[in-house]
Amino acid sequence: METVKLTIDNREIEVPKGTTIYKAAKSLGIDIPVLCYMDLHDLKVENKPAGCRICVVEVEGRRNLAPSCSTDCMNGMVVKTHTTRVINARRTVMELILSDHPKDCLTCPKSGHCELQDIAVRLGIREIPGQEFAEMSTYKKDFSPSIIRDVDKCIMCRRCETMCNDIQTVGALSAVNRGFMSVVAPAFEQDLEKSPCTFCGQCVAVCPTGALTEVDHTAKVIRALSDPTKTVLVQTAPAVRAALGEEFGLKPGTSVTGKMAAALRKIGFDFVFDTDFAADLTIMEEGTELLDRLTRHLNGDKSVRLPILTSCCPAWVNFFETNYNDMLDVPSSAKSPQQMFGAIAKSYFAEKLGKKRDELVVVSVMPCLAKKYECQRDEFKHDNNPDVDYSISTRELAHLIKSFNINFVDLADEDFDRPLGESTGAGVIFGATGGVIEAAVRTAYEVQTGKPLPKVDFTELRGMDGIRSATIDFNGLPINIGIAHGLGNARKLLDDVRAGKANYHAIEIMACPGGCIGGGGQPLHHGDSSIIKARMAAIYREDAGKTIRKSHENPYIKQLYEEFLGKPMSEKAHHLLHTHYFKKGNKDIFI
Amino acid sequence: MHLLVCGGTGCRASSSDAIVESLKSELAANGLENDVQVIMTGCFGFCEKGPIVKVLPDNTFYTQVKPEDAAEIVREHVVKGRKVARLLYTDPAKNEHVSDSKHMGFYRKQIRIALRNCGFINPENIDEYIARDGYQAIGKAITEMDPQQTIDIIKKSGLRGRGGGGFPTGLKWEIASKNKADQKYVVCNADEGDPGAFMDRSILEGDPHSVIEAMSICGYCIGASKGLVYIRAEYPLAIKRLKVAIDQAREYGLLGNNILGSNFSFDIELRYGAGAFVCGEETALIHSMEGLRGEPTVKPPFPAESGYLGKPTNVNNVETFANVPVIILKGADWYSSIGTEKSKGTKVFALAGKINNVGLIEVPMGITLREVIFEIGGGIKNGKKFKAVQTGGPSGGCLTEKHLDTPIDFDNLIAAGSMMGSGGMIVMDEDDCMVAVAKFYLDFTVEESCGKCSPCRIGNKRLYETLEKITKGEGTMEDLDRLRNLSQVIKDTALCGLGQTSPNPVLSTLDNFYHEYLAHVNDRKCPAGQCKSLMQYVIDPEACVGCTACARNCPVNAISGERKKPHEIDTAICIKCGACIEKCKFNAISIQ
Amino acid sequence: MSHIKVELKPEQIAKIQEICKSFKNDAGELINVLHKTQETFGYLPAEVQEVIAANLNISVAKVYGVVTFYSFFTMLPKGKHPISVCTGTACYVRGAEKVLDEFKRVLNIKVGETTPDGKFSLSCLRCVGACGLAPVVLIGEKVYGRVSPDGVKDIIKEYEE
Repeated sequence: METVKLTIDNREIEVPKGTTIYKAAKSLGIDIPVLCYMDLHDLKVENKPAGCRICVVEVEGRRNLAPSCSTDCMNGMVVKTHTTRVINARRTVMELILSDHPKDCLTCPKSGHCELQDIAVRLGIREIPGQEFAEMSTYKKDFSPSIIRDVDKCIMCRRCETMCNDIQTVGALSAVNRGFMSVVAPAFEQDLEKSPCTFCGQCVAVCPTGALTEVDHTAKVIRALSDPTKTVLVQTAPAVRAALGEEFGLKPGTSVTGKMAAALRKIGFDFVFDTDFAADLTIMEEGTELLDRLTRHLNGDKSVRLPILTSCCPAWVNFFETNYNDMLDVPSSAKSPQQMFGAIAKSYFAEKLGKKRDELVVVSVMPCLAKKYECQRDEFKHDNNPDVDYSISTRELAHLIKSFNINFVDLADEDFDRPLGESTGAGVIFGATGGVIEAAVRTAYEVQTGKPLPKVDFTELRGMDGIRSATIDFNGLPINIGIAHGLGNARKLLDDVRAGKANYHAIEIMACPGGCIGGGGQPLHHGDSSIIKARMAAIYREDAGKTIRKSHENPYIKQLYEEFLGKPMSEKAHHLLHTHYFKKGNKDIFI
Repeated sequence: MHLLVCGGTGCRASSSDAIVESLKSELAANGLENDVQVIMTGCFGFCEKGPIVKVLPDNTFYTQVKPEDAAEIVREHVVKGRKVARLLYTDPAKNEHVSDSKHMGFYRKQIRIALRNCGFINPENIDEYIARDGYQAIGKAITEMDPQQTIDIIKKSGLRGRGGGGFPTGLKWEIASKNKADQKYVVCNADEGDPGAFMDRSILEGDPHSVIEAMSICGYCIGASKGLVYIRAEYPLAIKRLKVAIDQAREYGLLGNNILGSNFSFDIELRYGAGAFVCGEETALIHSMEGLRGEPTVKPPFPAESGYLGKPTNVNNVETFANVPVIILKGADWYSSIGTEKSKGTKVFALAGKINNVGLIEVPMGITLREVIFEIGGGIKNGKKFKAVQTGGPSGGCLTEKHLDTPIDFDNLIAAGSMMGSGGMIVMDEDDCMVAVAKFYLDFTVEESCGKCSPCRIGNKRLYETLEKITKGEGTMEDLDRLRNLSQVIKDTALCGLGQTSPNPVLSTLDNFYHEYLAHVNDRKCPAGQCKSLMQYVIDPEACVGCTACARNCPVNAISGERKKPHEIDTAICIKCGACIEKCKFNAISIQ
Repeated sequence: MSHIKVELKPEQIAKIQEICKSFKNDAGELINVLHKTQETFGYLPAEVQEVIAANLNISVAKVYGVVTFYSFFTMLPKGKHPISVCTGTACYVRGAEKVLDEFKRVLNIKVGETTPDGKFSLSCLRCVGACGLAPVVLIGEKVYGRVSPDGVKDIIKEYEE
């Protein structure tokens, strides 16, 4: 490998050619502040428009300062990272950025997690010269069901644009306008809801400021909890337990399932349930549907289309409703675990409690922002009463726990309530890319072949590669499986399917890089993808530690079918647990 | 005999088309249509006195010709051989007619290399270009030299990029030629966006083939078979002439496959700009050609490594290209004998503003500002006092009296706090407020900033606001300090050339006209009397006869008074539009 | 950028498709497509941009991002007689600002607006290259040189039937 030698702050260093000054300095332990720059190495995401100019450094012999994030090291370079010229420039540029930034930190949802705030603190900004006559660029606020855009706070780092276009290929956002009024926005600066946005929340996950935040439902949850006429149920998605601890200073990858259940009970939820239970239920329905379609297909039924696509990810559902609406019969009709939970809670469990559905409030805790949108979809309401009332993110749950003054780290582990809190290892792995299909395979294999699995772990389905495929031997019948995470990867896979170039029986898609563990509602990873990997490890550890690891062996699932649903894909199951999809957008009529 | 009529944009705006038609019909009426040719050429440069008609072979130069003058020109000059004296240029100093442009102050010190054909040939006729050695240079390069030898000539000539930066052209070509790729591109930057500059436009309108030929030579040198001209959509005439020229060159086998029977192939396409000054920056220009927002990106990688569609790309501006064919034909030594040590050859300037001879000039590097302004430009209009000359457009600075004897070249202008830029040269007189001029340029930069980097996006806005505060009479000494610090930081941190140079108008006026800033801040006065907020309109009761003309013309009814009695202006209502001053026949209204 | 709502007729959609096709539906030709489309329709309303995006297979947001970047593109129809006042430096120092103010006052519109009767729209442009005639005003394709504030009313009168 070709290397270059240079001097940074009087220290010599040799780095591979193509290394930026920023990275070289970092390897020497020199911390140069960066703002627009973002590097999610394992996800192959790099955002470096070199726009904020906070990371500038002095390079000997160069007329002006160099952005260290995007200037490559050269042989013999002499770099100074913290001279007075550099500090003055950084401060002045920061003052400029702040002069066009609202000062409502007290009520800003990003306060305390804001990278702009951190740098302002670090640079010691105390006043904004000329603020009194400085015009600010202001824009319309945009409230969607999932995401709030308050782009007065946009600093044009372009991270959201990179995520939305390069990674997710959703194309909802673009830099628009020019000069002082330039900002990242949907087409025609319309609301996100009118754009092709899937609400995956990846823009929110990377926004360094309060320009993109989730719709916060914690106040509504507190109100429901304090209403004596309501019974409030909570369900928690598998990925939440693998990340929540980070908000309380625990190491990434610490599983906090028991503490979370305890905290929720302390907050006052009447029943602390688990979305993992519903994940097991999803496998029953989706796995059965897969086998049904597969059997009919193998028997020569031409009306059956394969592959079957998973449908638990609401951002993915939005994505195919917009971009692949010629293929709406391909995804599984099974509802997502969140919605299956809501449907069962407000029917089966409400009956058990002897309550009417509107006396129950179902709250979900999700790693996801699209879930907020999903639970508001009309088809998931009954007499205008939604199956799931409020969906809050992992971050919102952390706020809730903090506001109840709960010493989270020291909580003793508690169990979920029954019946809707019991789950298997298959339900847990829903949180990571490849997990849903692995869970489905565990059940489908045994149902199809009638034999017990030789091994439960399908490591060939796991990993961080954006697109993966594997063939599973169903006792002589080879089943081709495709997996994609990140909507850009999903698009590639789906384009192949649409073009007839791919030969899959089943495909799992999760919209967020890494799956739900990397969801838009998770604790902010601030560009450190090792955090996502640690969460993934936690998920698989939790699965391995479960006594029951196949969905169809969950005793409470069996009981649910016996007492209420009959069998998978029964008429009742169909009514409660399956859905249909809608065409969005009108692109096709223009071509 | 030939009658050359200027077809530059300025002259066409003054109906030079109709002059051509009138001349033709007058000639026909005299039965001379086959003996005398009427040719519409490119710009003669002397826009102040347009429309221009030149008679060859006697070189008679008629100025400010109207279509109705055609009859007299034909009758007197063409038929009888007598010059039409009233249409000749009058030397203002000697007050006598000058009929040959060579003897006119405006042309005497000019050396025309890039503009060599402008005003001489019909730009829509390739034969006329060929008759003046056109396409000889590409022929020479292909048949007598290999690419490196050709590059060496350009290197040795000392030609530097005329778009602003002044990067050595030969070196640029060499870098592009050494980068290996299956496809490379030659790009001509014709997105002239400098407000008050029209050099490139005039070359493209007057001599498009020289640019086409130079682009092919460049293609031959760097190993590119495709050329792209990125041209402002607001230049319809230049686009039309370029299209005609490209078609003709193809027809003659001078563009296309196997040019002149060699194995070198080259063709040119047009790409249109859409009104973004930043696209003059080469990376922004390339993104714009790719159908994207014209935002610049960090260099390196330079376009020579990774440019249009990721391929090695050489970008030069129009004027740079226009120099190339002559250099190849006349040699590097000839070219480098003109100019100064580090700036060779000539530079085209668009001379405008408060000057007698507005126009397009080409002068040798090293000429002084004094020669340009007072000899070529004929001095300041209306006998006013010279105050400043702005070079380099929004990236440049305002130079003053003390710089008048500085030889003009790339390095001297930078040392003086300005820059060559693409060649705008605006002269200002005592009535121009330098704070307002700085504000004018910042207004431009704020509007044209792409918005990508924070120093340019926000910083220039803050500079503008501070200048506005000062011109309103609300500035403080702290504001002046902040202007300087902010300007320096923007220069030091902005992403591209636009941002890195945008504070120059502020810094150069702070350096050279600090007293004017102080007058605005400390005395709340605008010495030039230009800043509206700092002026008051006052009627002198002694001089006012009460004619009511001012009151009747005041758009906001700020003036009151009885007939035949002195009037008064209510300064609280007055919007300082100046209508009253213009209407007053008794010089009773003044600005204080 | 403010915009108005329009409903495209099938033949208008077909026309845009034709333009896109003439550039091989190549996203790299977006700016050329926009030029051609604006030439045809006079402006680029949202609905037109949607059709272009669909045919070039790029997001509408990207098309809008490009439209709003370049000052040549407009999402509002221009007046029957578009008035452009040159505010290049040469015209500026020769009084273009006063001429512009007078147009604003006489037409009672701001820069970028169109008179309610749709007759005139007012914009600024930077240097038309006729600095010898400064200050310069363009109405449609016609160039007016050495315009003074006093002459503004007469110029407008030429276009009022």
